[in-house]
Amino acid sequence: MKLSFALAAVAACYAGVAFAEDVAPADVQYTDEGAIAASLSGAAGDAANGKKVMSTKSKGNCVACHAISAMADVPFHGEVGPTLDGVATRWDEAHLRGIVANAKKTYEGTIMPAFYKNDGYIRPGDAYTGKAPTEALTPLLTAQEVEDVVAYLMTLKD
Amino acid sequence: LAIATSAHATDPTEPLVVNGEIEIVTHTAAPAHLEGLKTIQSGWEFRTPETQDLQRDDFDNPGMIGVDNAREAWNTVEGTAEKSCASCHEAPESLAGVRAVYPKWNDKAEEVRTLEMQINGCRTENMGAEALDYTDNKMTEMVALLSAVSRGMPVNVAIDGPAQAMWEKGKEMYYTRTGQLELSCANCHEDNYDNLIRADHLSQGMINGFPAYRLGDAKLIAVHTRFKGCVRDTRAETYKPGSPEFVALELYVASRGNGLSVEGPSVRN
Ligand code: HEC
Ligand code: HEC
Ligand code: HEC
Repeated sequence: MKLSFALAAVAACYAGVAFAEDVAPADVQYTDEGAIAASLSGAAGDAANGKKVMSTKSKGNCVACHAISAMADVPFHGEVGPTLDGVATRWDEAHLRGIVANAKKTYEGTIMPAFYKNDGYIRPGDAYTGKAPTEALTPLLTAQEVEDVVAYLMTLKD
Repeated sequence: LAIATSAHATDPTEPLVVNGEIEIVTHTAAPAHLEGLKTIQSGWEFRTPETQDLQRDDFDNPGMIGVDNAREAWNTVEGTAEKSCASCHEAPESLAGVRAVYPKWNDKAEEVRTLEMQINGCRTENMGAEALDYTDNKMTEMVALLSAVSRGMPVNVAIDGPAQAMWEKGKEMYYTRTGQLELSCANCHEDNYDNLIRADHLSQGMINGFPAYRLGDAKLIAVHTRFKGCVRDTRAETYKPGSPEFVALELYVASRGNGLSVEGPSVRN
């Protein structure tokens, strides 16, 4: 009894360490315009991984809706959203972070999903299984993945 | 000049005429109740010319194999009453026009019935046979047969009277943004039809072509199976095929296509 409690405490401690710097989705501070000033993970983003997240179906799958000329190596870009070419000329880093985390704070009612949010849904499922979730939902992207995506978007200058 | 080859077998703007005789209306003015669209279009218009052509002739339409299977089942005696569909309805052609008005309110059962529900109603109440699973292949094939004999007739689903409450419920579902991606049917099929989403050319999500033979699955797909896939893709918990929710959604989606021709079994990628 005592031992298992101690082990659980240790496990909780490790889990705590891994995400100690992350801002929880519910605690994110948006400006009135929908921007987020500081890094969600407390660390800088990795643009190379951001590119991977954006083109991977089970992650951001941003190319499902957006065309990006710099990602010509990725097949099938969608046209539901605007092309992201030159997007860092139109928006600063804080605003790009806000758009990726929750684009609805910038564009009311937009079709673009909120990638750093984990509640307030109607009939959410367990990923793409069609079944009800058995555990608390996690955001579509981790805090660090949002930062990585923002770092990649910052390379898209006119 | 005459022998110059083209990637497309036929002109993609050529209207759909099945077997050189059944004219299919693949676009027309939207019904009055539908505010979000001016023109309604069959999913056929959004497919490649090659896929479109498979619907021009029943010999090329792989969905017609299911129709032939169902013609056999139509004449097969099943159940304790020792009857077949033919015992009461003669040829399937005697039910021409039925597909066009379903889902439909049934006075005796006091419920809105899809064709699947009606077929199971006849099986259990009139034949003493067991109900089929809602998306059982034999069920989908029978729906395909009933669609095939109605091809070319305008979809004309009633949305008033006793069906209205169910229709309102279906309409609300259509515009509700579900799942972790927070997407409604309308987000994709009303706001973004004709756009590419990744590799998919979005249609208006009409069901006048159902059951649809999906080349990717190599089989006939029931309406509720398609609904389930689309709901799942919003990272939502889906409803079950045959559930009251999907029946309501089917009634509403069918009514959005009022004026298009019955086209099933269609061919889709
Ligand atoms: C389901 C469609 C969809 C997906 C998926 C999507 N977006 Fe968007 N995005 C849009 C739309 C539509 C807009 C335009 C805003 C509006 O008018 O609603 C937009 C706008 C943007 C903008 C602002 C563009 C500009 O030029 O001002 C950025 C940046 C952006 N998206 C990045 C992303 C990233 C990064 C991802 C993936 C992590 C992503 N989007 C996923 C639909 C989508
Ligand atoms: C994320 C986008 C998306 C959403 C949301 C969505 N669908 Fe679809 N749907 C598709 C795609 C992609 C296809 C395949 C291409 C096409 O026909 O549009 C499709 C196909 C269909 C078809 C087949 C049309 C045909 O002629 O073969 C129907 C019917 C349909 N959807 C209904 C619905 C309904 C009802 C909902 C809401 C419960 C819904 N969809 C939500 C993306 C979506
Ligand atoms: C013992 C008689 C009997 C048998 C056998 C029978 N039905 Fe029926 N069916 C009826 C009756 C009675 C009705 C309701 C009459 C009406 O709506 O005009 C009906 C109605 C229907 C309808 C709806 C017609 C409409 O206009 O709404 C369909 C579809 C149908 N049957 C299909 C079938 C199929 C498929 C089979 C075989 C699997 C079958 N029936 C077997 C008696 C039968």
